[in-house]
Order: sequence, then structure tokens, then C-alpha cells
Amino acid sequence: SGIDFEIIIIDDGSPDGTQEVAQQLEKIYGSDKILFLFPSGTAYIHGMKFATGDFIVIMDADLSHHVRLHVIYPVFLIKPIVYRKQKEGNFDIVSGTRYKGNGGVYGWDLKRKLISRGANFLTQVLLRPGASDLTGSFRLYRKEVLQKLMEKCVSKGYVFQMEMIVRARQLGFTVGEVPISFVDRVYGESKLGGNEIVSFLKGLLTLFATT
Amino acid sequence: MTKLAQWLCGLALLGSAWAALALAPPGLQPPGPLRQALLPLPVYLLVAFGCYSLATVGYRLATFNDCEEAAAELQEHIRAARADLRRRGLRL
Repeated sequence: SGIDFEIIIIDDGSPDGTQEVAQQLEKIYGSDKILFLFPSGTAYIHGMKFATGDFIVIMDADLSHHVRLHVIYPVFLIKPIVYRKQKEGNFDIVSGTRYKGNGGVYGWDLKRKLISRGANFLTQVLLRPGASDLTGSFRLYRKEVLQKLMEKCVSKGYVFQMEMIVRARQLGFTVGEVPISFVDRVYGESKLGGNEIVSFLKGLLTLFATT
Repeated sequence: MTKLAQWLCGLALLGSAWAALALAPPGLQPPGPLRQALLPLPVYLLVAFGCYSLATVGYRLATFNDCEEAAAELQEHIRAARADLRRRGLRL
């Protein structure tokens, strides 16, 4: 597809076998194309030190994101919808959204969808973020933008994703959106228990009060 | 200004405007019907917002796309990937 890329896989400790596969991939494709790193503190910050490109895409590695940018299988055509969007509007960030256009989900029951839409509504009312999907975790960042945001953001998990966009808007960065399909985890366990909801609310209120 | 601060300012502004008009001493009260509408206004607005929220979330829930073909496409790609990677020596 003509776009230079490298893939950095960071295992943040999830016990789902990512490690073995990633190490084998690194052997197969060489470590200029695929780099496997152990976690140390925040996965993103660690991985950033090794990235050499101008743009950085962050996504979950268990195939839950499907925006025709296939991760674990680099030989797939990288149909650069996200990359094109960035060029189109010269955006600093391009965020994948499940809620607009032909974005969506697969494998979610009504309860999960309701929680998702409800949480997103609450987020929109409280934070007015200017992006329709704050907790989807597929985004393209300009490298300098990502570095700047990393310095400023303090939360972890879901909330970290949200904080990035909120801070980006505050700093005047432009955010474009593309629809993405979120196919519920093909491998690995999907997590949305009471704990997650509580910590999401806590995070949301923290962002509300501090940004 | 944080979002919380914005909300507090906004609420303080609207709240004091409402209080000034609705709870004014007899001499400065606005005319009868206006005052009658003004008093329960905060509650009305709250209820209206509640209805708006329910309707919006309900609508968005109903129009939440299900990506059948994306899922199928993904399965197909996974199959192809596994085949190719197995050829190159990956063992799962």
C-alpha cells in the first residue's frame, strides 16, 4: 500500500498468550518491522520511546478493532482509511468512533449497548469533548502531539483515553473522526463488570472536576 | 476553567437570576402569570432534561449499528492470517 510502517506490540500483562505470539512474529518479520516489549509502568509511554515514525496508531491487540487496519498480520493490505482522513483534514488526531457513520459493534447484547450509550451520553453532557467516542481505543496521533499529551495526562485505563482527547482539545489540537467496527473480542475475555463501571464514573467525575 | 467550574458559574448565574425574579419581595415582583410560571421553572427544566436524556439514549441505542459483515470479514482475515503465518513458522 506504499505506506511505511512498523508495529510495536506491548504486553501490558494480560494473561492471554499475546506474549508468545508476539515474540514469534518478531522472529518471523525481523525487529525493524515488529518489536515486542515488556511492560514497565505505562505501556504507551514505554512503547513511544521505540517508535520511529511520524504518526502513531494505538489500538488493542486482540483484534477487537477492525477498521481495515489489521495489526497482528502485517502482510494484510493496510487500507489506510485512518491515514487518509488525517491527510484530508491535516488533523492532529484521528479517532475511531463506534457511534457515527457506519461505525458500530458486533457481539454486544442490549445491556452492553445501553451502558455504552448511557456512559457516552453522560460524558458528552459533562465534558463536551467535541468527539463522539471517547472510550474507543483506536486512534492515530501525530508523534509530537502524542508526546505532548503523554506529559499532561495522569489517568489510567478507560479514563486515560478520555483524558487524551479532552486535553487535546484544550491545547487546540484538531480531532477528526472515522467510523470503526468494534468486533467483540475474538480472543480473550471482554470486561465490563460493576467494577469497570464504577471506575469509569470515578474517572469521568475526576476529569469533570480537573479539566 | 474546569468543566465543574463552568457548571457552577452557569448554575450560580441562572440560579440568582431566577431567585431575584421569583423570590422577590412584594414590591418588585413581576406580574402574576409570569411569576406563576417562574417558580416551578427549575423543576420543569430538570424534568425536561430527564426526558431529553431518555429519548436521546433510547434513540442512540436503537440506532447502534451491528457490524455483521465486519465480523465476517475479520474471521476471514484471521483464517488467512493463521494459514499464512503457519507457513512462515508461527506456532499457536
